[in-house]
Amino acid sequence: MTDEKNPQRQKPNETKRPETPGEEKPAAAAKAAPTPPPKPKGPGPEPLDNEQVRRLRARFGDAVGEAYLDRQQAIVFVARDRLLEVCDHLKTAERFDFLTDLTAVDRYADEKRFEVIYNLYSFPRNERLRLKVRLAEQETLPSVTSIWGVANWLEREVYDMFGIVFTAHPNLKRILLPDGWKGHPLRKDYDILQQDADWVRENLGIESGQ
Amino acid sequence: MGEFGITQTVLGADEIVLNMGPQHPATHGVLRVKLKLDGEKVIGSECIIGYLHRGVEKIGENRSYMQFAPYVDRTDYVAAVSNGLGYVEAVEKLLGIEAPPRARWVRTILAELQRIASHLVWLGTHALDIGAMTPVFYTFREREEILKIFERYCGARLTTHAFRIGGLQYEIYDGFEEDVKTFCRDFAKRVGEYEELLTGNRIWLQRTKKVGVLTPQQAIDLGATGPILRASGVKWDIRKAFPYAAYEQFEFDIPVGENGDTFDRYLVRMEEMRQASRIILQAVESIPSGPVMARIGKMIKPPPGEVYHSIEAPKGELGYYIVSDGSTQPYRVRIRPPSFVNLQTFDTMVRGHLVADVVAIIGTLDIILGEVDR
Repeated sequence: MTDEKNPQRQKPNETKRPETPGEEKPAAAAKAAPTPPPKPKGPGPEPLDNEQVRRLRARFGDAVGEAYLDRQQAIVFVARDRLLEVCDHLKTAERFDFLTDLTAVDRYADEKRFEVIYNLYSFPRNERLRLKVRLAEQETLPSVTSIWGVANWLEREVYDMFGIVFTAHPNLKRILLPDGWKGHPLRKDYDILQQDADWVRENLGIESGQ
Repeated sequence: MGEFGITQTVLGADEIVLNMGPQHPATHGVLRVKLKLDGEKVIGSECIIGYLHRGVEKIGENRSYMQFAPYVDRTDYVAAVSNGLGYVEAVEKLLGIEAPPRARWVRTILAELQRIASHLVWLGTHALDIGAMTPVFYTFREREEILKIFERYCGARLTTHAFRIGGLQYEIYDGFEEDVKTFCRDFAKRVGEYEELLTGNRIWLQRTKKVGVLTPQQAIDLGATGPILRASGVKWDIRKAFPYAAYEQFEFDIPVGENGDTFDRYLVRMEEMRQASRIILQAVESIPSGPVMARIGKMIKPPPGEVYHSIEAPKGELGYYIVSDGSTQPYRVRIRPPSFVNLQTFDTMVRGHLVADVVAIIGTLDIILGEVDR
């Protein structure tokens, strides 16, 4: 119930205070002008062109897209059709032996809606690298379970929450939601109050889970 | 890998499928395990999870950065302080600010106390599962002391919400240092007492040695972190690899195991408790003076971009991946839960063991279903 109220309650709040740096005391108002809000300090993305990215570019050419640093963290975009090759190369040649996390972001306004993120870590180099792949709603991704075993459940979770299909996955089915559930909750067009009403009625015997 | 698709599999003449949970005292919550047995030997398993799924990540997209902070306490509810620490630090990184030193020291102390408390819950229940009734009474007695410190500090015992983005809401109370020191001095003896009960105990050794072995290669491949990875012999700890809070200021060792079995994981966690109290004693002696809050806006609006920040939670690597679109609410919050990823090693550990060992292996994984399911 509070979920419903909240977005509305927040909006007026937002408009009332347009980006003041949050000085609590009125006495500080005079000082507020020279001290800039934390925004400019906020580290924005900057292009990344280090040895490793150059090596990747030399080997995979156009399959390696933009590369940048955001908050000092390396991010590299990779083409969907050569993902498996790049991952394999990163694991064997660049020694990114550990897949820390695999997740997705729904940028529904973009032409290619989903961004799948592979958060890699290398024990020998103590370094992290974030691989990103963009894909449209109907496109599929090759599963990386053959490279990092941990991807098994992580890919199942992404499938469950976003509906992204991973081909050649050993056991691609829902993991957190029940098998018969319809819809993928972490998509942006899935409302926070939305539920699979038919499933709830059938399996729980109640009208609504809210 | 692990899943054998019970519905499709034709069972052999001697094989049966055994269902365990979701309501079972030894599954530490609502974990359901389907076991494929040949006699009493486990030849396959499948974990069925999600009974506690609350859509925490979805809630995060619909809350402001500050409003979401109490929710993360409710993922791993026996280590709420660690969850909060990871989250506030991730948002701070996203904002490009840092908490003042005093706040970082206090955060370190509370997070290490939480590590001890979490390990004590693990030790008590794990021993209870295997049949050693005594330790749970002692471990909960010591945990109570830690919870009392939390309560005196912030008013809550379990879901503490102890930290704020930018520092701490509360100054430490008068006598905090003394309480913490008294606990730690006392605690060194207590760990010895637990070890007396278990480490040389013949039954304990028989139930844990060579049970649930995970080789270092398997641990890395399956993404295990925390004590599970270290017990397999991989010396890796985020507190050393990517220091956060105030950990680089203190001396401590990373205990590692050799065999990657349940007994080594037990030893690693016992030593971690000792190291935690060593960190706390160093930290409490040197809390710097100064403010406990950085100057941040009342409205938290990180510049567009993203960040991944992880900490060494009691269970392993707890990561937060936050994407900001420049508004007051995160565009995406991803919690990388150590319990979820560690639970995936269950199938590898359990194959070839007896049904009784399943209980020991679930215990040694130290999972919290609130975090597995989020």
